[in-house]
Amino acid sequence: MIYLDYAANTPADPEILRFFCEKEASLIGNGNAAHRAGRETAALLEETAANAAELLGCAPGEILFTSGATEGNNLALKGMTADVLGGQIILSPLEHASVREPAEYLKKRGFTVAYLSLNRDGTVDLDHLAELLKRETALVAVAAVDSELGVVQPVAEIAALVKERSEARFHVDATQAAGKVPLAPERIDTMTFSAHKIYGLNGSGMLYRNRRAALSPLFHGGHGAFRAGTPTAALNAAFVMALNKAQTERESRFKEVKEKNAALRAALSRYDKVSLNSPDSAVPHILNLGVEGVRGTVMRQALDGEGVCVSVRSACGSDGEPSAAVTALGGSRREALSSWRISLSHLTGEEEIASFAAAFDRCYRRLTAKA
Amino acid sequence: MKAMIAMSGGVDSSVAAYLMKEAGYDCAGVTMRLYRNEDLGRGAYSTCCSQKDIDDAADVAFRLDIDYRVVDYTADFKEAVIEKFIRTYERGGTPNPCIDCNRHLKFDKLFSFAEEEGFDVIATGHYARVFCDEASGRWLLKKALDERKDQSYVLYMLPPERLKKIRFPLGELDKDSVRSIASEHGFVNAAKRDSQDICFVPDGDYVRFMEDYTGKTYREGDFIDIHGNVVGRHRGAVRYTVGQRRGLGIAAARPLYVAAIDAEKNTVTVGFREALLKQTVYAEEVNLISVDDLSEPIRVKARLRYNQKEQPAVAVMENGRLAVTFDEPQSGVANGQSLVLYDGDIVVGGGTICASR
Repeated sequence: MIYLDYAANTPADPEILRFFCEKEASLIGNGNAAHRAGRETAALLEETAANAAELLGCAPGEILFTSGATEGNNLALKGMTADVLGGQIILSPLEHASVREPAEYLKKRGFTVAYLSLNRDGTVDLDHLAELLKRETALVAVAAVDSELGVVQPVAEIAALVKERSEARFHVDATQAAGKVPLAPERIDTMTFSAHKIYGLNGSGMLYRNRRAALSPLFHGGHGAFRAGTPTAALNAAFVMALNKAQTERESRFKEVKEKNAALRAALSRYDKVSLNSPDSAVPHILNLGVEGVRGTVMRQALDGEGVCVSVRSACGSDGEPSAAVTALGGSRREALSSWRISLSHLTGEEEIASFAAAFDRCYRRLTAKA
Repeated sequence: MKAMIAMSGGVDSSVAAYLMKEAGYDCAGVTMRLYRNEDLGRGAYSTCCSQKDIDDAADVAFRLDIDYRVVDYTADFKEAVIEKFIRTYERGGTPNPCIDCNRHLKFDKLFSFAEEEGFDVIATGHYARVFCDEASGRWLLKKALDERKDQSYVLYMLPPERLKKIRFPLGELDKDSVRSIASEHGFVNAAKRDSQDICFVPDGDYVRFMEDYTGKTYREGDFIDIHGNVVGRHRGAVRYTVGQRRGLGIAAARPLYVAAIDAEKNTVTVGFREALLKQTVYAEEVNLISVDDLSEPIRVKARLRYNQKEQPAVAVMENGRLAVTFDEPQSGVANGQSLVLYDGDIVVGGGTICASR
């Protein structure tokens, strides 16, 4: 099997998994309990939040642990608008469903949703943002790196504009960005992280929340003002370990992935009918492409038959519809439907790139002959 | 002219889309998502049950280079089709969910959606014909040219004022031609088998589906004869259909049939064929197409089941119900099934059977 779907899920780092198992086995107390066992767990919780704060350059009180990016995004969007009586929400068209759908849901509560236009390289059109921002803008959300194309957004510039021109809250989905680009929470109200995109454990994540941003919880009932429920000390600690590793090794991992991406682009450029949808400035971890006249899902299936795992933007309920990201970049409906995604890791070997190229060649010949 | 094609992912609606495009319409395909795993009591983590059909429809739309989208009608389907299906069985009837889906979803909700979106016509892959009768200026529904495939029975509920905006491009074709068009154009579903079952009960075990859905257990009960004598045990009244002969498990000198079902008392009445015979059948949810009203009795041919040969009868409206008196008494008249009236090839109208005597 050749796994090229790291943007969907990364394998758990064995060191992180071992660390988790040790902590989970040794800490028996509930972190909310006022006895020795509880205090031992609470100590790890405290230490973990402090470590996370140090990694991000914020205060420990601004760190919330979640079950992942979907929860983080829902908590940020719903939580920061809970006490607002309607208004405008501005999103980039490259947002993940866990940002887009909460925003669409908030329409029922009286909000309107506006989508930003993009420049040719996929970055947000700042002039359009300036035009859209107004007194009634309640929230702006942008993915620092999107999952489909890998476009890196100028988060600092967007944050500056949002804060200068409005009172709006600014949410950044950093799920794909973590470990790939540097991140600082400056002028950001909330920022989402997920463990399973950075070689951590599924079911854990983190939300940075600026201490000045009012946030209503999604879960009520128990300790914790923003997220009730028994705290998951070992899982949190494992998450922070993953984040730490992702940040420490970011540059060396990035360099390795960049080389693989270059090899991949070189191999794919030989085909007339291949078009690369990811801009050159995208993170090298994500390469979105299409083969003219071949639907993305058909290509995915063919590659799957060759033992290669790639993905097509598809969720139950929206399949068959064109990729909004590719369309937003000026692709036609047909191009959007032909698009699929390769995502790479520092773990991807050169021989895997070569095997992928051979498998792709067979699928390409077969499917373009038919189309 | 803009045409919306209701695409199920099957071969018929795929070829319908192709034919509409060939006829010069500006086409867009739409698939209605009607249920999710959770609605059917399946695990939320298993493969989405209708995904394959959506994928096939999307693939054909891509090949034809037409717009395509999926609309979510799960809430409406649950209320108008699934729950009515269960209710009908629980009252001793035999539901026809495809007709309710046509009535409430395809030719109502989807039709209105098409209108709102600026489409001029809506097309489906049904085997039937619509045409404008020049003499009267009236739009009529007619059987398919290939009578073996004719589906006019499940379309009697079409609102007459909407007929002129409905297209059935397969009305003049037979199934073999449809399949050969599909394979000629490389449609993925060219060889897909025709759907036989109720779409939301893919394994055919509707009682288990109902038990999962409602949380009830449909208990065993007594088979009784027409005099009320207990003659055996049945496996749950909802498992039976009036007119059914097979699978009763009662020994008798002559074949026994289900004559009546009393869901409340949980009894199933069995009798010889003559006990089933009904002269007059009543229907509600009446829709009339070729006539404005039936205040005066008219001669028709009528069908009580999808595959039944038409029977001569007289039809008239009585106190808001359609009353159809057959020349020859009929057996196997099940409440919940549709009673459809024909004048030659033309559909006069029909309704849902609610009583008979």
